[in-house]
Amino acid sequence: MSIHPTASSVAAATATPPPAPPAPVRRIRQARSTRGLIMTIALLSILDAIAVFALFMLFLQEEWLLVGIVLAVTVLLNVIYLRPGWLPAKYLAPGLVFLAIFQIFVVVYSGYIAFTNYGDGRNGSKDDAIQTIVLTAQERVPDSPTYRLTVLEQFGEYFFLVTDPTGEVLLGSADQPLEPVGDFGTDSTGKADSVPGFTTLTFNDLLGNQRAITDLAVQLSDDPNDGALRTPDGSSAYLYLSSLEYDEATDTFVDRSGTVYRDGGDGAFVNDSGRELTPGWTINVGFDNFITAFTTENIRGPLISVTIWTFAFAILSVVTTFALGLFLAIVFNKPLMRGKKIYRIIMILPYAFPGFLSGLVWLGLLNQDFGYVNQVIFGGASIPWLTDPWLAKFSVLLVNLWLGFPYMFLICTGALQSIPEELTEAATVDGARPWAVFRLIKFPLLLVSVAPLLISSFAFNFNNFNIIYMLTGGGPRDVTAGVDAGATDILITLVYKVAFGEGTGRDYGLASAFAILIFLIVATVSIISFRQTKALEELN
Amino acid sequence: MKVTSRSLLMTGALAATTAIVLSGCATEPEAPQFEGSLTVWVDADRAGVLEEVAAQFEEERGVTVELVTKEFGAIRDDFITQAPTGNGPDIIVGAHDWLGKLVQNGVVAPLELGDKASEFQEVAISAMSYEGQTYGLPYSVENIAMIRNTALVSEQPETFDELLELGEAAGTEYSFLVGLDPNAADPYHLYPLQASFGAPVFEITADGTYDPTALALGNEGGEAFATALAEWGAAGVLNTNITGDIAREEFVAGKSPFFLTGPWNIPAISEAGIEYAIEPIPTAGGETASPFVGVQGFFISARSENTLAANEFLVNYIGTEAVQTALYEVGGRAPALLTAFDAAASNADVAAFGEVGANGNPMPNVPAMDVVWSDWGTTEVAIINGQGDPVELWRAMVESIQSKIDG
Repeated sequence: MSIHPTASSVAAATATPPPAPPAPVRRIRQARSTRGLIMTIALLSILDAIAVFALFMLFLQEEWLLVGIVLAVTVLLNVIYLRPGWLPAKYLAPGLVFLAIFQIFVVVYSGYIAFTNYGDGRNGSKDDAIQTIVLTAQERVPDSPTYRLTVLEQFGEYFFLVTDPTGEVLLGSADQPLEPVGDFGTDSTGKADSVPGFTTLTFNDLLGNQRAITDLAVQLSDDPNDGALRTPDGSSAYLYLSSLEYDEATDTFVDRSGTVYRDGGDGAFVNDSGRELTPGWTINVGFDNFITAFTTENIRGPLISVTIWTFAFAILSVVTTFALGLFLAIVFNKPLMRGKKIYRIIMILPYAFPGFLSGLVWLGLLNQDFGYVNQVIFGGASIPWLTDPWLAKFSVLLVNLWLGFPYMFLICTGALQSIPEELTEAATVDGARPWAVFRLIKFPLLLVSVAPLLISSFAFNFNNFNIIYMLTGGGPRDVTAGVDAGATDILITLVYKVAFGEGTGRDYGLASAFAILIFLIVATVSIISFRQTKALEELN
Repeated sequence: MKVTSRSLLMTGALAATTAIVLSGCATEPEAPQFEGSLTVWVDADRAGVLEEVAAQFEEERGVTVELVTKEFGAIRDDFITQAPTGNGPDIIVGAHDWLGKLVQNGVVAPLELGDKASEFQEVAISAMSYEGQTYGLPYSVENIAMIRNTALVSEQPETFDELLELGEAAGTEYSFLVGLDPNAADPYHLYPLQASFGAPVFEITADGTYDPTALALGNEGGEAFATALAEWGAAGVLNTNITGDIAREEFVAGKSPFFLTGPWNIPAISEAGIEYAIEPIPTAGGETASPFVGVQGFFISARSENTLAANEFLVNYIGTEAVQTALYEVGGRAPALLTAFDAAASNADVAAFGEVGANGNPMPNVPAMDVVWSDWGTTEVAIINGQGDPVELWRAMVESIQSKIDG
């Protein structure tokens, strides 16, 4: 469990009074030294140089929207830092830029993806798809010979000079089918390498014009059906026939048997019998992904049981980790206890390990026949910790408790220490017993600062993909049930399976749509809970 | 406006900044020579070997090769995401079973090997082919085989039943070991046994490639295999709690005479001083127990602007005996180039695994495999652990896979 924003809010909750307000603007303006100005300008010129480079590249790629955004942001940043005053803007600008890049853009982009069919087989533009189909449709004619090749140039046009296996030497270009040549020079291996009036290109010359050379197709004869020579390497040519021809006017592909592949409106070329050409391309599909999300049998079938388990998992995780964390925090908060620091460090250790690593370690510990838990703790019993549906649920919660309690321990310790000692003393003087002091004074005060963190912990566990994926992979699965959901699958792992593991492969569009739906659930729960917290705050 | 020294400085600085920035744009390249570079995504193990050959390529051909080290498992998906943006690499290192997905996404370009194709192991070339086109330059092949502890059992078994009898007679804790997963079994390791019942995943066409539209798992052989799985599970021959790591440890400890595994476990076995023999997998169903063969190689991006240089680098530099041998030496996987393989076969282990692999089938590289693995594994777990009638479970699995392939 590592939620950095909340960790910092703990610090805020338990911090000493806010830092002194910034010095008046006027004084800073006067104090701005020449050195500071030079620093500002140096940093800004680096930024501007990067921005100009980016603009230049974006301009070449004709990304007009991005050009506009980069330009506007750069100008704005320059104005903010070069103009005197606007002190808050100077402090906030970097943060806002990073917020825009790493948070807002990501959210907006996921939202956009949810309305497209972006995924495996649909991951580029239509032009790219056409280009790739044309490229892969070039099939080498079976059993055709290898032609030894020299590329020649004359008046900016490229020619293929080929020596066929029988020793015949032929010359041709894009507009001129191969014809025998009489006058040519050969190299030591008998390969024709020059013709008077033409320039012979070396390999390095070819490298400078790779596209032109690899795109060049020289027809074998006047009949295009005989195929054309192409070269993949500049030193040998092979005979290719295209299995598909693209017709730009009608936007269709036609194969050699005359079957027509049309743009089916689904981001791919399809023929009348439904066969698709790969690859397809990304298109907007409107609300299709959301409709699929609610109609897919693999989601709809187990939806209720998985949703219940997701809520149970998230709530139980928060309750168990909080209970244990709070208990330990109280125990280790006793002023008389010795070696508190050492105990505290040991307590925090599970928090320091990466979650997925702990998952793998526990996977080994809980192995039915060989795991430490069964072998040593239960004396060789064969308890199916991870393969029995109910025990697997228990094990997942147990491991999550182990992973999560240090976090709760940390924030509870912080919150407890910020509760003034006087309150406890006053209550004791009034005759309250320790349990009453805790229940009526400490606990409510604790909840005020900790409740928001409990809500965020709930949100985190609701989507705790790591622990489920690493420990059980959502299993054990009842293969007779006919659905993909296993006993420990929570919504996010189920979505992962459906969006990334079925049909055509990874379907990012569907995954984004699910992500938005899950976000709505978590947001609703969080808003309601925060309202409750507000009420709690007013009580005090 | 009052002209102060500060505003003068400011103006001067602005002018200087503009000049610096503009001068950056002024050097428009006009050289006729090729000035780009080849970007290659490679995993850390192979980067060292490629560095040498890249330096050689740069010296001889004048093209810089930029090696970007990435985690092997991340290369496929990163490449699929990045290639369409035009900013992806020119060449990637990868496994042949990625090929279907790469082709489906249109990110990989065909590679014409010409006459050179005959210099590679046949299985490597057919693994690198998809729908009639060759796409990659293979550099290694690997497969599993039966490892026998010769100190425990002196005789090579002909059939799997015989193997179990010999294992039983050896009096060790296990008669046979194979690494499985409690939730997903391991269809890859169990495949040779399945194949010996005559049940490949997809029908194999005349030219030796898979027909992804014809699922063959559900034939009679598949059901016979399911029944056998249930028997082995009940008899304790297969135990889904024995993971790959546990299986290796137990075999290394001499607790089993037989271990079905690949070359990656050989170093641990020989270090432990176990006397072993690498043998073909005994048949369980009567037909050849062919293992899956995994091939690794290099692919050229369909979005590469440097196809000529990339092609040259792969075919005439990576495809040479020296480089293939060097790659074998760092990775321990048998080379795909025949001359390099013959040289490496002086190592008895490599030769023995290669002999077993000669009867293997390439692991299917069709995109539908993603769907197959998950259902296949969970069903094997259920059958081994006796959670239902094996044939019915197997039929339900075939139905489920078929419906997912159909979409």
